[in-house]
Formats: sequence, structure tokens, C-alpha cells
Amino acid sequence: MYEKHLMICGATGCLSSGSNLVEEALVEELEKHGIRDKYRLVMGGCPGFCEVGPIIVVYPDEVFYCRLKPKDMAELVEKHLLEGEIVERLLYKGPDVVVPARFYDTIPFYAKHKFNVLRTSGIIDPESIDEYIMRGGYRAFTRALSMEPLAICEEVKEAGLRGRGGAGFSTGLKWEFTNKAPGPKKYVVCNADEGDPGAFMDRSILEGDPHAILEGMLICGRAIGADEGYIYCRAEYPLAISRLKIAIRQAEEYGLLGKNILGYDFNFKMNIKEGAGAFVCGEETALLGSIEGKRGMPRPRPPFPAQSGLFGKPTTINNVETFANVPLIVKEGGVLEFAAIGTEGSKGTKVFALAGKVRNTGLCEVPMGITIREIIYDVGGGIKRGKEFKAVQAGGPSGGCIPAEQIDLPIDYDSLNKAGAIMGSGGLVVMDEGTCMVDLARYFLSFTQKESCGKCTPCREGTKRMLEILDRISEGAGVPEDLDTLDSLAASIKDSSLCGLGQTCPNPVLSTIRYFREEYEEHITDKFCRAGICKELFTYRIDQEKCTGCTACARVCPVDAIKGEKKEPHEIEQDLCTRCGSCVEKCRQDCILVVPQGREADVSN
Amino acid sequence: MCVEVETVLPEIDLSELDAIIEPYLGRKEMVIPVLQKVQDHFGYLPRPAMEQVSRRMRIPLSRLYGVATFYAQFKMKPRGRYIIRVCKGTACHIQGSPKISGRIEEILGVESGETTDDLRFTLEEVACIGACALAPVIMINDDPHGRLSPDGIEKILEKYS
Ligand SMILES: Cc1cc2nc3c(=O)[nH]c(=O)nc-3n(C[C@H](O)[C@H](O)[C@H](O)COP(=O)(O)O)c2cc1C
Ligand code: FES
Repeated sequence: MYEKHLMICGATGCLSSGSNLVEEALVEELEKHGIRDKYRLVMGGCPGFCEVGPIIVVYPDEVFYCRLKPKDMAELVEKHLLEGEIVERLLYKGPDVVVPARFYDTIPFYAKHKFNVLRTSGIIDPESIDEYIMRGGYRAFTRALSMEPLAICEEVKEAGLRGRGGAGFSTGLKWEFTNKAPGPKKYVVCNADEGDPGAFMDRSILEGDPHAILEGMLICGRAIGADEGYIYCRAEYPLAISRLKIAIRQAEEYGLLGKNILGYDFNFKMNIKEGAGAFVCGEETALLGSIEGKRGMPRPRPPFPAQSGLFGKPTTINNVETFANVPLIVKEGGVLEFAAIGTEGSKGTKVFALAGKVRNTGLCEVPMGITIREIIYDVGGGIKRGKEFKAVQAGGPSGGCIPAEQIDLPIDYDSLNKAGAIMGSGGLVVMDEGTCMVDLARYFLSFTQKESCGKCTPCREGTKRMLEILDRISEGAGVPEDLDTLDSLAASIKDSSLCGLGQTCPNPVLSTIRYFREEYEEHITDKFCRAGICKELFTYRIDQEKCTGCTACARVCPVDAIKGEKKEPHEIEQDLCTRCGSCVEKCRQDCILVVPQGREADVSN
Repeated sequence: MCVEVETVLPEIDLSELDAIIEPYLGRKEMVIPVLQKVQDHFGYLPRPAMEQVSRRMRIPLSRLYGVATFYAQFKMKPRGRYIIRVCKGTACHIQGSPKISGRIEEILGVESGETTDDLRFTLEEVACIGACALAPVIMINDDPHGRLSPDGIEKILEKYS
């Protein structure tokens, strides 16, 4: 028996802040005191709060230590583990708490959380099936085995679960279609391709709770009459893949995968396929093609995968988070519990990857219908460095931005659609006054343009033309007609593209024009980028009144373009300046101003 | 700026290739896993290896290249000892990843997708690596480096020789 469990976050966020070094130091300290075997150390799933990593949670005491350094481990071991005293110094401290917070329930970041999908992530050892089972795992699957397949579909429908991977289609209905499709061979496919380049919740679920995905897929297999499943996972997620493999092996050993599972007339085989880096393979028909070993090109629908999917057989394809929700619904009493959370049309919780210019970044799971304000100010702790909130991008490259005026918009499928964004997979990127909306639109479009598979002309050529226009605008060569041309190109691409990639990729452009038209016009007519992003359209000037001559900017400038005596206002030599922005980051007085080119000396600006 | 030099390619040793292909013979749908394994072995997909895969798996070379060039993961040229992957995800972009890649390009004299002449570094882009909280982020081989600013890059690169 172990005295305590120590969960060390081993997800990418904490690894980048050095959690592996912290673990090494911890092991060393434990060994030094000869108490290594009294404690169970688990490099576990992500507790979500990446901003304050590396994180260690000590169980059963439930103490949350954060921002750890290897040298803190001596104190943690000596004080907490040996003397039973909490190390105050290493608890969460922030502008939003008065006393250092000890655990989840007192840390403001977690206050609005509703842990459903992430119920065990960061708590159990993802590589142990026993810990999953101890917390009620595979109970829903056992129940499903004793149910009529169509009754399972009915429960999932009744709970109101909608797909978490994109369009938000009713999961129960999708299952019912596949169930009713004729044929003895059917497949379950899990879409773990997570293509949105600003989102990582599927990865966290895969790494933190792989058995929940297997259980969801097994229940689906029972409901639609499939005996084989594929998990299509991005190759960029090696840890997720290795944990899935371990989970599959364990489930096989426990007789939860294989033939005549738990004595029922039900067989199931699980396979993993690694993606090879193509965004379009997240689209369901392209993904199926890729599993079959082809180029991942979408094909027209109908026929939908429910009729003719993998290898031409009826197939249900769902997203990772969708599957992770399923055991919660199919367990005893789960339907009502699930449907009690959320709004009329959007039930349950959603996991969001909160990133960008908010103070607290990380993963958060909140009830559907929460407002943007609550996410940004309560969960996110407000905007970094006291800047103005400008907009939030929801739904990645297929989504759109929502401006500050709509901060009280509830986040659910239908409200987001109305505002010109989408739920997508749940990436939320927060932007402040230092984000240029033209650049943002250009960024997303250059992403989709590169990832367009080239099969259909509107998407292949149309995105190229739109990108050329945006490039021109951000280089200062835009003309007033450009906005109308963008509008009409966008409309035709949306109308006539073959798959969801083309049909949605104009959204970021359309929504930024809709809400930030004056910023486009400023780029086109005044040749000015007020955010200081489009390099040709601004210069820097040091505010001579405010500058204290601290020399921080001069020291950081990689091209030595900043001149000035200590304690005297500094100046920028415009010929040398490459507008890399290093000085802006360093200046604590905020005295480096973004001004139109040719107005460097104009003090009245 | 890229100086033209004769790069002497190391002799390609195909002796272990058959063992890699063996388990997948007759299973054309497994072509992507085969290419992944081949690339794991050589670091990229050398032409002679592709020819052998084509013969052994009875897949026309053109189809094989069709698949290989579709996916960003597959590389047709040898790569450097250290692969620098600059995250081009949304969070990293708005926190200034273009400035980071600009600075790296300046220091190494190569553009994204290229390898330095001494085969030390290859510069690539990736979409979100899941460390958005620490944006902007780069990975050098398996080490993530977060919260970067353009002026700190040189020091980091020096650590990899
Ligand atoms: C271009 C494109 C990319 C997509 N990428 C993903 C993805 O990375 N992950 C995902 O789950 N769904 C993605 N989808 C949505 C899938 O096509 C599909 O709708 C989804 O996997 C269905 O699962 P759900 O009903 O559980 O949401 C993408 C769609 C398009 C058009
Ligand atoms: S956007 Fe760079 S790590 Fe997520």
C-alpha cells in the first residue's frame, strides 16, 4: 500500500515548462530519504490549468501545487510528505485569490468548471484499467450489453448528445441510421485527428482517460451492431497513441475486447491507425479513405458513412469527446443527469481549449450555455497585462470571431451559428487590441488554402484568390473594391465546395469583415495597421514623455536600432528597425507606440 | 540565402527493408503504416526504398508517391540532426510565432521546409502541439521550448550542435 499518490502532470503543456525535470528531482529526493516505495508517482493526465504548470497534486490530501521548479522538491518532500505540513509557498496564488488556494474548489479558474468528460483526467493513472474500473468504468458498457441495441440509440438521443467534433449532429440519430442500415459487417470509427490548429482537448482526453473512449466505442458497437472499431489518431500525438495501445491491451486481457465479451453474443476488435498530417483527413469521408490507405480526399455525400462508410460498409464515425460522453449517458440514470446540464438545444458540458491573451490559459470543461464573459473573466481571469478584450475566435479555421460587443452571448451550438462562428471542436482563442483582424483572417485562410486537398475547383482556386487579396491588403496594396470581391468569392466557395473544408473556410474572413470592417478599411485607405502586426503598415515610436530611459528596449533589440543615454528618453532609428516587436514586449512603461508610417516624429499622434 | 554545395548522400542500405515490409505483404490498405515505418528507419523516404516498397507490395510507384506526397508527415529529402518545429497554431500565431520563425530563418539562413547545408537543422512548421498556454512554442526534436521571444532564440539554438 502506498501512503500517498502524487500526480504529476505529464501533458505537453507541463512538459514544456519542465515537469519531467521536476519529476526527476522528486524521485531523487524520495530516494535520498529512503522513502521512494511509500509513494506512488504517476505522470498523469492534464488537470487543465496549463498556465501554472508544472503541477503536482497530492492525494488523498488533495493539495494542488503549481509553478514548480526542481529545487522545490526538497521542501515538498521534507515538509509535506515527512512532516505532513502543507507548503504554502507552492500553492496557487493569483490576483484573484486572497489566501493561497489549496485545491480545485478554491481556485477561481476551476470555479465554473463542471467535470464530466474530464472526470478522471488528472486523478487516475491513465495506464491502469483497474483505476478506471474502480471509479465506475465499464459499468455503462455492461449495462448496454443487456439492452436492446435500438434502446441504446434511443437513450443517447433522449439525452440530447450532439457531436463534439464539428457540426453538432445528434449522436443517437446517427447511431440509429447505422443500426438500420442493412448488412452484417459494420464499423465504429473514432475521429481523433484533432485538426483545429489551436485546440488540444481531444488529446487531453486521449492521454488522460483512454478507457473512456474505448468504453464509448464499445457501447456504440453494441448499439449499431458493429464488431470492429478504428481509432484514427494524429501521429503528432505519440503519447496518446501509446496510452491507447496500453488501454486496448488491458481491455483485451480483461475480456472487454475480443470474442463473446462477458459471456454475451458480442465480439469486438479495436484497431489504431496513425494519421500522417493532413487537416482534411479530419473530414469524415477523407478520414475513411485514409484508413483504407488512400490519399485522404473527401467524397460527395450521400451516401453518408452510415450507409456506405469504411470499406463500403455502414459506419458510425464520432469525435473523441462525443465518445467520452457516452458512458455518462448510458450508465444507470445517466440520461436525466446528462440532460439536466446545458441549454434547451445543447445538452451537457463542453471542453474548451482556452488560449490567447487571457491570464489563465488551459483546458476548461463548462456547462453548455455559459457566456463568453464568464469564460474570459471568471475562468480566464481577464485579459493579460490589463489590455482591452477585442474578440474571441471560436471553432478554428471553420469558425468565426465574436466581438467584444457580444460578450454576453451564451456558448451553445445555435447561438454561435447565429453569430457567424461555430462550436467546432472547442478551440477558443482570445484576442486583445494587439491582434490584427485582417492578419487573423489571412492566417486562417492561408492554413485552409495549404490544406485544401485540391479535388474541387472552388476550394482549390477560390481560397488562393481570396488569400492573394488578403495578402495585398496587409501589404498596403489593397483597393476599396477588395471587400466586395472577398464577399462574393466567399459566397461561391461556400456554395459550391465539395466538403466541409471549403464550405466553412471563408467563415473567418466573413466574420472579421462583418464585425471589424473599419479595420479592413483602415488597412486599405489609411495604410495603417493599428494593432502593429502588418509590418508594412506601421512603425514604432517611443513616447518621449513616458520613456524613463531604463534601456530595457535597447538591450533586447536584435539589430541595435534603439539609441539613447541611460535615464534619458530613447529613440528608434527607423532605417535599422525591422519591427520585430521585441522591445514592445520588454517595455514596462508601455511607451512604445504603434503609429502610421511617416508619422514617427508627429508628437500629436 | 542558400549556398549550392555537393551534398554527398550516404549510401542507402536497403538490407533491412524487406523485414519492414514483410508483415504487410498483400495488405494494400496498410500502405501508410508501411511508409511510416520506412521513414522511421531512414529518416525520410529515399527513392530506392520507395521502388522496393512498390515492387514488393505490388503498388505502382506513381500511386505510392501519390499517397506519400499527400501527407505532410512524409519527407522526400534527408533531414537535419535536429528538427525545429515552429508551432503555427492559432494561439502561437497571435502571440507572435511569425516573429519567431522570422528570427530562426535569419539565423540559419534557411526557410521553412529546408535543411541547413551542414545537415544540422531542418526547419518545419506544425499545427498546435498542445502547449498553447506557453505560446509561442517551438519543438527541437522532442524538447518543447515555450514563452519565446525573438531575442532568446539564438541562445536556444546554440545548445544543439
Ligand atoms: C475539414 C474538416 C476537418 C475536420 N476535422 C475534424 C477533427 O479534427 N476532429 C473531429 O472530430 N471532427 C472533424 N471534422 C468533422 C468530421 O467530419 C465529422 O463530422 C465528425 O467526426 C463527426 O463526429 P461527431 O458527430 O461526434 O462530431 C472535420 C470536418 C471537416 C470538414
Ligand atoms: S497553438 Fe501553438 S501550441 Fe497550441
